[in-house]
This record gives sequence, C-alpha cells and structure tokens, in this order.
Amino acid sequence: MSILIEAGSGDSRLLMGNEAIARGALEAGISVATGYPGTPSSDIIERLAKVAKQRHLYVEWSVNEKVALEVAAAASFAGLRSLCVMKQNGVNVASDFLLHLAASGTRGGMVLVPCDDPGALSSANEGESRHFARLVEIPLLEPGDFQEAKDMITWAFELSEKIHNLVMVRSVTRLSHASGNVIFGSLPQAYRSAFFKCDGALLDPMEGPVFSFPVALKHSRQQEKLRQAVAEFEQCPFNSYSGPRGPELLIITSSVCNLYCREAIHILGIEDRVGLLELGTTWPLPPGLMQKYLSRAARILVVEEVIPFLEENVKILAAELAPQIGNKKFFGKKDGSIPSVGEINPDLVIGALCNILDIAKETRPEIYTRRADELAASGAPVREMTFCAGCPHRASFWSVHQVLQMDGRNGFVCGDIGCYSLAMLPTGFSTLKTLHAMGSGSGIASGFGKLGEFGFDQPVLAVCGDSTFFHAVLPALVNAVHHRSDITLVVLDNSGTAMTGFQPHPGLPVDAAGNEVPAIDIASVCQAMGAVVRVCDPFDLEDTRRTLFELLEQRGLKVLVLKQICALSPQKKAHKKFEMSVDAQLCIGENCGCNQLCTRIFKCPGLTWNPENNVSRIDEVICSGCGVCASICPGGAIRKEEIA
Amino acid sequence: MPKAKLTIDPYNIIITGVGGQGNVTASRVMGGMLSRRGFRVTIGETFGASQRGGSVMSHLRISAISSWSPQIPKDMCHLVVSLEPIEAIRVLKDYGNPNVKVLCNTRPIHSIGVISGAHAYPAFKDIRSWVAELSATAIFIDATDRALGMGDPIYGNIIMIGAVAGMAVLPLERQDFKAVMTAMVDPAKMRLNLSAYDLGREMVNATSD
Repeated sequence: MSILIEAGSGDSRLLMGNEAIARGALEAGISVATGYPGTPSSDIIERLAKVAKQRHLYVEWSVNEKVALEVAAAASFAGLRSLCVMKQNGVNVASDFLLHLAASGTRGGMVLVPCDDPGALSSANEGESRHFARLVEIPLLEPGDFQEAKDMITWAFELSEKIHNLVMVRSVTRLSHASGNVIFGSLPQAYRSAFFKCDGALLDPMEGPVFSFPVALKHSRQQEKLRQAVAEFEQCPFNSYSGPRGPELLIITSSVCNLYCREAIHILGIEDRVGLLELGTTWPLPPGLMQKYLSRAARILVVEEVIPFLEENVKILAAELAPQIGNKKFFGKKDGSIPSVGEINPDLVIGALCNILDIAKETRPEIYTRRADELAASGAPVREMTFCAGCPHRASFWSVHQVLQMDGRNGFVCGDIGCYSLAMLPTGFSTLKTLHAMGSGSGIASGFGKLGEFGFDQPVLAVCGDSTFFHAVLPALVNAVHHRSDITLVVLDNSGTAMTGFQPHPGLPVDAAGNEVPAIDIASVCQAMGAVVRVCDPFDLEDTRRTLFELLEQRGLKVLVLKQICALSPQKKAHKKFEMSVDAQLCIGENCGCNQLCTRIFKCPGLTWNPENNVSRIDEVICSGCGVCASICPGGAIRKEEIA
Repeated sequence: MPKAKLTIDPYNIIITGVGGQGNVTASRVMGGMLSRRGFRVTIGETFGASQRGGSVMSHLRISAISSWSPQIPKDMCHLVVSLEPIEAIRVLKDYGNPNVKVLCNTRPIHSIGVISGAHAYPAFKDIRSWVAELSATAIFIDATDRALGMGDPIYGNIIMIGAVAGMAVLPLERQDFKAVMTAMVDPAKMRLNLSAYDLGREMVNATSD
C-alpha cells in the first residue's frame, strides 16, 4: 500500500517534498489531479495516481500543461477540489488559460503547484513561476520545509474556496526532491459530487456562466479577492519570526532558503544578532506583518533563488511604509550579496552574513583544501553526461549524424526537450544545433524549411520524443504541412515519457492510474496530415540510414518514427536481449584503422578500452545487451549472442 | 524522540556515485532506518538529467533535534559512502575535512571521457592512498564484485548499507533494515537483501581486524 494512505493521523513518515504535497492534497479532499510530467514535479501526480482507486480520485497525465489546467478547472467549476501540477516552464505553456481563469474565478478549491528548478539541475532553464502569481493576480504561497509542504496545501484549498480563485503553491527542486519527517493529518471520509451550475444570473459568481466578461468588472472582483487573501496572510501560520527583538540584521526569506538561513545562523552562532523572517505567503506580501518586522531592523538581507522577486516586492512595500519604518539598507541580489543566478545553499548565505556582519567562519585547514583540490583536479576526471548503455537515442543519432555527413549538404537537426536533448553533446555526436522549448524544434524547422527563396538549401531535420510529439509538436507540424515547408521530423519513440520516469502519454494504451485507454498512433496522425511517413527500428542501423536517405530526397513534410523502447523502462531493464563479447583475436585495436570507433566515437558506457592490450572490452555490469555495437564494429570483433 | 544519542548532531552523510547506481535508493533506505529510530532525517537528492552518467550525490542529515538543510555545508561531512572510487575524491574536495570517514566501493565506472581515451582513470592503489590521505578512516570493500557473485550488481548498494551499519557510527539496526525493505521490495528478494546486508557488515568487520 502507498505510504500516502497507509499511515493515519498523527503518524510521522519520512516523505519527499512532492509526497508531502500529494498527502496534503489528499487531506484537503481533492477529487481531481492533473499535470504534465517534468522534473522536479512528476512524483506528485505519480503518487496520487497510485492511490486513485482507493481515494476515489480522477488523476490524469494531460497532453500538456495548458490542457492540464483546463481539465482541473472543469472540476473546480463543478464544485470539486482539484490540483494541477507542472514544472516551472509548464506554467509558461499554461499561462494563456491561467490569465483567463484568474479573471473568471473558480468554485471548488483549486491549487496550482509549479515546481521550479533553481540552478537548472534537471532543466534547460531556471525559469520562475512566482512572477505569474503577480502577473495574473492570484495569491502565492511557498512552503519552507517538508511539514509545510503538506500543511500549506490544505490551507491553500481553504483559501481558494474563501476567495473563489486559484491559489499558487510554489515548490523548488531542493524541497520537491528532498525528504524530511512529516506528521500526517486525517483524510476526509466524505466525497463531493460534481455539478456545473451555469444557468444563474450572468454575473452570479457561483451559479452563472464562468468567463472573464465583462472584463473590468471581473478584474475588479479579482483584485478584491486578492485583498481578501492579503487579510488572511496577515494571520497566516506559515509566516514566522525567530531572533532577538531588535536584530542587527533582519533576514527575509522563503521556500527552501528558510533551511539554508537557519543553518547559516546556527553555524555562525549569531542567533542573538540576526532575526529571521520566514515567509510562507510571498505574494501579495501582508503589509501589517511586514511593517512589524521591517521596523525592527535598519539592515535587511533578502535571501531567495534566481530572480529578486521577493527582494523587489519587499523594497516596494518598504518604500510605501517609509514614513512608519524609516530608511533601510538592503542587501540581496541587487547589491551582489546573494548570487543572481543558480541555486542557493547554506555556504552562500554564510558568505553573505560574514561580509555584512564582518565575521569569519571557521574552516578546514588550508593545506587540506589545497591537497583536496589538487587530487580532485588530477585524479577525478569529470563525468560528462551520456546516454545510458543501450539507449535507443545513441543508435538513432548515430544514423542521423552519419546520413547528414554523407549527404554533404550541411544539413542539421533542430533539437527538442527530453533525454535526447543530450544529443547536443558528444554522446549524441553533437547532432543538435538548436534547443529551446517543448515542440520548438519542429516550429523552428518549419521556419528554416521556408527559407528556400532566400537561397537556403540545407536539409532541415527536427527531432522530438513521443510525449513531446503530442505536447507541442502537433501544431508545428500542421504549420509545416500547410505552408509546404520542406522538413524531416524524426520521432524518437521510446514508448513513454522516459526522462521523467515513464509516465504514459496519449500514444500509449494506458493512463496515469493504469486504466486501459485508446492510444493515438503517431504515424497515422502524421499520415492523415499528408506527411510521408516511415517507421524503423533504430537498432537496425542499416535500414534506418537507408530510409532516412530516401526521405531526405523528397520534398514536403517527411516523418521517420524510430521505435525502440527505453533501456531503463521497467519492461526492458535487467532483461538483456544479447550477451555481448569482444573477440580478442578479431579486435586488432590500434592496428585496425577504425581508430577505436566503438569507444572513441560511439562511446557507449557498456564498452571500455583496455589500454594494456589495446583492445575493446564489454563491461558486463553496465552493458544492457542491445547489440548495436556489433553493427558498428568494422572488424566484426564485437559479438552478440541472443539470450534465450 | 530518539532512544539513541548521536556523537555528532547533525550527523552528515554523503552517498555518492554515478547515475543509475541506486544512490537515491540507498539514501532512502538508510534515512528510513534512522527515521524509524525516532531521528529527524533530511535527505537531499539530485536526480533527473544529472542521472545520465553524471556524478550523483545524496546528502543525509541525521539529528535528534531538528530538520536541516537538504544540502550539507561545505567541509562539514562526517561520512562519505562512495559507490564508485573516484567519486569519493570529488566529494572530499568540497565536503571533506581531516576527521571525515570514508567507506568506498572498489569497482570503477569509467566516464565516457575515460572510455574515449580523453582522460585517464587513476590506478586503484593511488585512489586508495589519496582517499586515506584526505580522511581519518578509509575503508574499501569490493561490494559490486561480491554482489555480482550474488547474481546482481544492484545488491552492491545493500552491501554498502550493511557496511555502514558495521562501522557502528550510527544506530543502524538490522530489524529496521528489514522493516524498511519490506515496504520497498518484492518479498521474494528479501532473503538476498538480508544476506547482502549481513555480508556488508562482515566485510567491514573483516577490514578492521
């Protein structure tokens, strides 16, 4: 049974931040949860999907974040409580609907949880979702530890139903993907039933139609809701102060930076000098509470990650409150006390505090540091990111790269978001030449494919994964077909949203909760649009190459679906298809003329080079038995034997 | 409240290795065991893109008092559990100090830079002496090799957890291991997991004799 429902009220469990958020949603009595997979957010929907049947939930991996928010909104309109989850850039995708939803208002409690990734530990950006709360004028909450991650979700649902609008609860990687002890509350026993009242008076917020018209009236109602939220924030249990009555320095912080600040103060032993204001309600800031604490100190340090969102809002408020609180000296990102990019950690806070307060931290002996730096530089070679052993993408890009080289017309590939983004690196033979948002590879390719009249004659390719295809590639393909853009799309279909943990997508016959659902066939969709479509197994290098050559010769939209399941998928993992070996007689190493093609260029981690006898070797712990390297060895020295 | 007391509070552990080695699982098992003893446990993990062949760390903070940052401050690690030899050096660079203890698996995983010939992987005897130089206690065990003998390299992690228990720096109890694993793994695999745990304990005891 899932940890989320086996424990009862008052029990303590070690939970990931994401699990705490999921438990909070269960305690709040949600009926519907939706999202699109994206690290560090994915576990929330995954955990809820696992208990969907027991807790009578509808849980959906939606086709993209905008649709996820729309599906969750429908539940709210019908009086249910709903949760919508996405990673930071997902909010960009959902933002058009978000703007309108914030204006129309909601009915059943509705909470949006974006999980941001400061430092881009698992992202192609370190985008900010907090700004959207200010932009679309909805309340923003930020949990500062694991217990709050749970408790704040239930509080947010209450708030949402008080003000009849969406509430944003923002998490970050170091909270979502960290674990801590959480004491459980109780799960509700009753379930709500759904009905959409929509035949009431035009302007009736609970029984009339739901839309943002008349705009000015709805906008003023929305701002009134925000004022109500601020009134709640003044008394909110998630804002707390610790430290002396009149500190030398007041730290204002939120989110996981709470823990970094507490640790820094503890290590420096300055509990009696520094005050710490940990804010759970970060937009709009409650002015009464802020006035109380801002008036206690002349110097203020704001600690937060990435963009100075909190710092700017505190400064605006401090300017408004200046007659009551006097002038302040601010430290934060603007003056360089806190870095303006990347994630924060306890050491960065310690550094800022040492500078501001002119104190020093005890450190390890200088000689240790020098020696450790020296040994790490000489003895710990960097680990470049690589496709896993047996990854279908390595085989796919091997073929794509070779075809483009042999074609000789300076063809290139527009990249997209997924594990295959790594093909911008040597592990994918540096094949990708553009990389932006979900679906952008196909959109950019569609544009390149229309530059012929300006003398452009390079073959244009785009790649995308199977989940990305449905998420955002479809409109770009429609655009390409409609405008007769000459492009070749290679769909790297590995049968799941692999990078984030094999979540299902519309191309698969199963949904988030494991129910059987109709699968949408990518090849058929492309055919119906008028594309020339071929399907190959990327492990068959020769067939893949020949087919791609053939497609490059044609005009218009061509689609090559390369279908091979991910090496880490539960179906495939630990099931080797082939036992691989290197015939030491046939591998003549440096005398071969292949110039170590297998280890120097193909570079699968399952192969190693033995420098003593100058031959290649299979690492049986790493090798996943895909058999592809047998096809690339010009000497036929790599053998594969099918495992029965 | 925990029944046992810690010699150092919070006790900071870094489990390091290469993506795919089961680092996250190892940290959750140890965290779960200590959580059952009543300790406040905080685990910071990196996964996602960093998992694809990169160096991966989990930070464990064990405390009788409170939750701590999911990132251990620099220089302040008490125990490094390294699933791969050179990863121990990488962690010691940032988090080591003259009092740190290191438990290290001997099985190397070559980075693609090493596979391609761009970098050299150091000789094991060098790694051994470097780790010893940068730590107060350094224990090396052939966890992966022994796990291969058990039929699956993934038991290497469990052997390492057993070995940490054998080091007796933390109140890690076999019964807690069993309870945590019961919730995580197929019951059919329990016997092998327990054997791996016991083997790890024995291997550490053998090295300290």
